[in-house]
Amino acid sequence: MASVVLENVWVSFPIYSAATRSLKNRLIQSATGGQIRADTVSQRIPVVQALQDVNLALKEGDRLGLIGHNGAGKTTLLRVLAGIYEPNSGRVATEGRVVPLFDITLGMNLESTGYENIILRGLFLGLKRKEIRARMDEIAEFTELGEFLNLPIRTYSAGMQMRLAFAVSTSVIPDILLLDEGIGVGDAAFLNKARARLERFTEQIPIIVLSSHSEDLVRSMCPNSLLMEHGRIVFVGPTDEALAHYRALRGW
Amino acid sequence: MSSDYQPGDSFFLVQLQHGLEREQLKRAWHDIRAGWSRHELWVTLAIQDVRQRYRRSKLGPFWITLSMAIMVLALGVLYGQIFGQELKDYLPFLAAGFVVWNLIASLINEGCQAFILAEGMIRQLNAPLSIYVYRILASASIALFHNIWVYLAVAFWFGVKLDWVLLWVVPALLIILINGFWAALFFGVLSARFRDVPLIIGSLMQLLFFITPVIWKPEMLPGRALWLQLNPFHHLVEIMRAPLLGQLPGLANWLFVILITLGGLALAALFYSAYRWRIAYWI
Repeated sequence: MASVVLENVWVSFPIYSAATRSLKNRLIQSATGGQIRADTVSQRIPVVQALQDVNLALKEGDRLGLIGHNGAGKTTLLRVLAGIYEPNSGRVATEGRVVPLFDITLGMNLESTGYENIILRGLFLGLKRKEIRARMDEIAEFTELGEFLNLPIRTYSAGMQMRLAFAVSTSVIPDILLLDEGIGVGDAAFLNKARARLERFTEQIPIIVLSSHSEDLVRSMCPNSLLMEHGRIVFVGPTDEALAHYRALRGW
Repeated sequence: MSSDYQPGDSFFLVQLQHGLEREQLKRAWHDIRAGWSRHELWVTLAIQDVRQRYRRSKLGPFWITLSMAIMVLALGVLYGQIFGQELKDYLPFLAAGFVVWNLIASLINEGCQAFILAEGMIRQLNAPLSIYVYRILASASIALFHNIWVYLAVAFWFGVKLDWVLLWVVPALLIILINGFWAALFFGVLSARFRDVPLIIGSLMQLLFFITPVIWKPEMLPGRALWLQLNPFHHLVEIMRAPLLGQLPGLANWLFVILITLGGLALAALFYSAYRWRIAYWI
């Protein structure tokens, strides 16, 4: 049973400057009581409250859209759901295998070949080497990259890298899928193919959370949405109403 | 931490307090165990690291072997003359010590970078963070596997007597890796927060190379200085170098190493438990 529960989740980011990044400065500062260099090495590191008192419960079958303008906390929330950021306070409980699909080409090794990256990404997704080999042909075929798969992926175009990452990432059915932003996947022909695969893929996933600026995408995938503003949840409910609130907030 | 927390409170204390909760210790332990079970992943990462470094060269990873061989020969001939040593004796000593030192130094230096270099992966993928530490252990072991041939060639050439004592290399290697594990955990986290730590550690390791008996022998030091015995790197090198040279390692060396292993593990466990959850924010 896949489920997600967030209770009173707070997340804050310290903003470090070059000076506060230095152990040397830190030690000098403590040796001088923080008096002399107080202007450059502030005792107080500025903190951004990225999430404030977020409560959320998702159960099987839920498809939730995240909307809000840049910096509202959507990505941070997704990373908390993925277990990448642990909150400063509050409780996060997820059940089931969580797969984050954020900037999907990040975390790939540019100097390694396409095949090597398929294996690497598969291992990150929790597959065994054997399982990846079993899927290799299917993944390779889907990417339509052919001989390119033997070359380091730094020789690929952005679209080709995207195809590769997309094909591997959608070869495992997770319990909870976290999607960030529209995943542009190259040319039109591939896009249709990708859309079909994405649909087949998403149908089988118990819980999906999608963060996007594209109203159409959110509307088509998620019956319910969550509107964020300054790290707080402002509204949760049917996507149309959430979008209406969003427009009202932005003064449209 | 309670929710009456105000931004601008001493963040350091708030973090530490939160990190030392019992729950965090359990999570850190789980992270370390879950990371271990993903061995296919971190071994693959390590192999790709090594391969990638030498991808565009014909020799490939055997550059590691070659540069070690050149280093050992050049230093061996030079310092053998400076110290008035017989090559038959000195070169195997230097080769063994150098190979072991290389392992230790790369564990510590690369350990500092464990989380910094994995920034992209840490922020996009939800794997246990300890895999990035195991990856360092694996890639240092791969490098050792390439370097050890230089020693073996030298030993063979000069007819160093190798017998069952050589088996002591195995526990020595294991305990060096365990020390590398806690060091990478500790310095990796510290470096993620303070970016000058890898630089500080780098210069420190350079200094330590000269004050640890690697190119010189402990016997050359008049009166066996106390600080030699207090240098943990002396003991770390010795437990592996001695059996490589066909000698039994000293009990005192082993006791000292076991002591720093236990101390280091305790320190790193506490530190990792307290700060593991901050790593993703720091990098």
